[in-house]
Amino acid sequence: MALLQISEPGLSTAPHQHRLAVGIDLGTTNSLVATVRNGISVVLNDENGRAMLPSVVRYAPDESVTVGEAAQAVQSDDPVNTIVSVKRFMGRGLKDIGDISRLPYRFIDAPSTGSGQASGMLQLRTASGAKSPVEVSSEILKVLRARAEAALGGDLVGAVITVPAYFDDAQRQATKDAAKLAGLNVLRLLNEPTAAAIAYGLDNASEGVYAVYDLGGGTFDISILRLSRGVFEVLATNGDSALGGDDFDHRIQCWLLEKNGLSALGPRDTRLLLTHARAAKEQLTEHDETRITAVLSSGDVIDNVLTRAEFQSMSQNLVQRTLQSLRRALRDAKLGTADIKGVVMVGGATRMPQVQHAVGEFFGQVPLTNLDPDKVVALGAAIQANLLAGNRGGDEWLLLDVIPLSLGIETMGGLTEKIIPRNSTIPTARAQEFTTFRDGQTAMSIHVVQGERELVSDCRSLAKFELRGIPAMVAGAARIRVTFQVDADGLLNVSAREMGSGIEASIAVKPSYGLSDAEITRMLQDSTQHAQHDMLARALCEQQTEANQLLEAVQHALEQDGDLLEPGEREPIEARMAALRDTLQLADHLAIKRAAGALNDATAGFAQKRMDKSVARALTGKKISDLGGE
Amino acid sequence: MAITLTEKAAKHVRDFIAKRGKGVGLRIGVRTSGCSGMAYKLEFADAAESDDAQFVSHGVTVLVDPKSLAYIDGMELDYTREGLNEGFKFNNPNVKNQCGCGESFQV
Repeated sequence: MALLQISEPGLSTAPHQHRLAVGIDLGTTNSLVATVRNGISVVLNDENGRAMLPSVVRYAPDESVTVGEAAQAVQSDDPVNTIVSVKRFMGRGLKDIGDISRLPYRFIDAPSTGSGQASGMLQLRTASGAKSPVEVSSEILKVLRARAEAALGGDLVGAVITVPAYFDDAQRQATKDAAKLAGLNVLRLLNEPTAAAIAYGLDNASEGVYAVYDLGGGTFDISILRLSRGVFEVLATNGDSALGGDDFDHRIQCWLLEKNGLSALGPRDTRLLLTHARAAKEQLTEHDETRITAVLSSGDVIDNVLTRAEFQSMSQNLVQRTLQSLRRALRDAKLGTADIKGVVMVGGATRMPQVQHAVGEFFGQVPLTNLDPDKVVALGAAIQANLLAGNRGGDEWLLLDVIPLSLGIETMGGLTEKIIPRNSTIPTARAQEFTTFRDGQTAMSIHVVQGERELVSDCRSLAKFELRGIPAMVAGAARIRVTFQVDADGLLNVSAREMGSGIEASIAVKPSYGLSDAEITRMLQDSTQHAQHDMLARALCEQQTEANQLLEAVQHALEQDGDLLEPGEREPIEARMAALRDTLQLADHLAIKRAAGALNDATAGFAQKRMDKSVARALTGKKISDLGGE
Repeated sequence: MAITLTEKAAKHVRDFIAKRGKGVGLRIGVRTSGCSGMAYKLEFADAAESDDAQFVSHGVTVLVDPKSLAYIDGMELDYTREGLNEGFKFNNPNVKNQCGCGESFQV
């Protein structure tokens, strides 16, 4: 059976209506996907337990596509077809990129417009043909989508994807297009700093101005946000698109070269030293000193001890550069450091103590660092996605209207099927599929009811309408989708649509019309007081409905194929049909069930004969060879 | 009769409640809906209602409204992992029939 997660009070979803939504941090260097499970935002790992997917896509000559670690591993062997940092190209033309000679890719400029001016997005020529940045990004998103669907066990209703606050319309549109291409429904694009602030719950904090300091692998962004009435407004952004954790690694690498009197190394040794430099940097977050040992391809041995103080002094001007951006951002926002209520740290490079210390000193307050800085953007995006998908998490969220009583329709036997449960926030829309009850049924009556009770007669009737023109089919073959939609003003619109033919009918109702608070309270109390009675009533109705269906089916079979029965075989069946009809008058669901079971047993032989007959009919006139081909 | 949790399920519930930062326990119930009659409800509980039945299993308080208890009495809640997916699973002795996905059932 399906695995369940714990919901917030009053927010359980109905079966098959789970609204699986994820937040995606589509980063320059790494991408992540997160979701809200059991009320907590968590990042989803791949099957090897890794949360971060390197944003690297490789196109092989055989048209195969690899994404992530596998693509990263061959990056230096096949730089032309291995696209890294594609985010920098999103929604950009060649003229926007600057110095393309430093990049290994074969660019194709976008088709020019009539005026001869290059417009639109550049493309990359790969072994699998020309690819736009949108296509490349969609490959990353496809991997994350597959991971999320495997982890959550179902299709996603949508995703919130984060973008830098400075992204313009073209870059945002390109991100949306990439999501669409990956089969994701974008609930909303969310600014990365806003996502980080949401992850820290700042949207529930008191109003004020917050700073988000984001030092990633290769980019640095500072954003100044103002929170008012639950909405974040970006006041100013600044940053350096060529400054990140990689530059700190580079400083250590240069120091190693200098210490050992080495000059230019081959690509293999360069990579080796960079790997050691990165490890040393990470070590120095926890320790005061670290030892770096490596053997170069020349046979030279490197063995150095690096202290935190040395590392801090060699990387001091990198940190200073971020502080300059901070000053510019504050100036643009016309604010001073004293106006900043809180500082959020994002990006793996903010783990470095000298960064945290410098930022803390600059703002005169301790920055927020207790969430994983690599994951915080994805975590915030997941919280937003959960909210937008209708899985409201907690009452401290935006105050929204709720539906006071469940809305549903009448099904066979006078039972209520709830489609929108009470306390759903509005606006909302829910759909459920129903089918026909009788062979050749061409119309269906839709009775819209409101209330918590099991029986329609105990609920309030809101409206009735008919869906006509259903093509004649056997019972259960038609698929009729009934959609309940409640708009922000509380107006209910019910529509029914036969999925095969597309015929449709609908009605508009105002659900809360005429119900006072006292009436709503009474209807709720009734539903708990009558629990046991309702349970029996439901069981009885279900059995009666099933029994009627069985009687009808047997009657139909007798009329059609009664001649298959030997003398004396028909009577026991008819006797048990009569017995079942009699028990239907009694309000005893167990008796009905027993009688229906008895009729079922009695017709077993008859059913076998009918089956044999139809098989024989299907095989008549066919050669053995025709049958063997299947 | 009672509602019980396996030790593993209880541990996860305790962790989730601790991370959530509030809640008196777990609310388990059923609702009428779904493809096969009834569907389970599994929620955090912030407060007990006056008519709730209360059970304590491995240190976790389980609240059940009287309307639901008839359908799920004697049930055990377990926590399992299936591939990348993990979550709670109900072992309900009252179930006679369930739909293919197991999310709804009949008694």
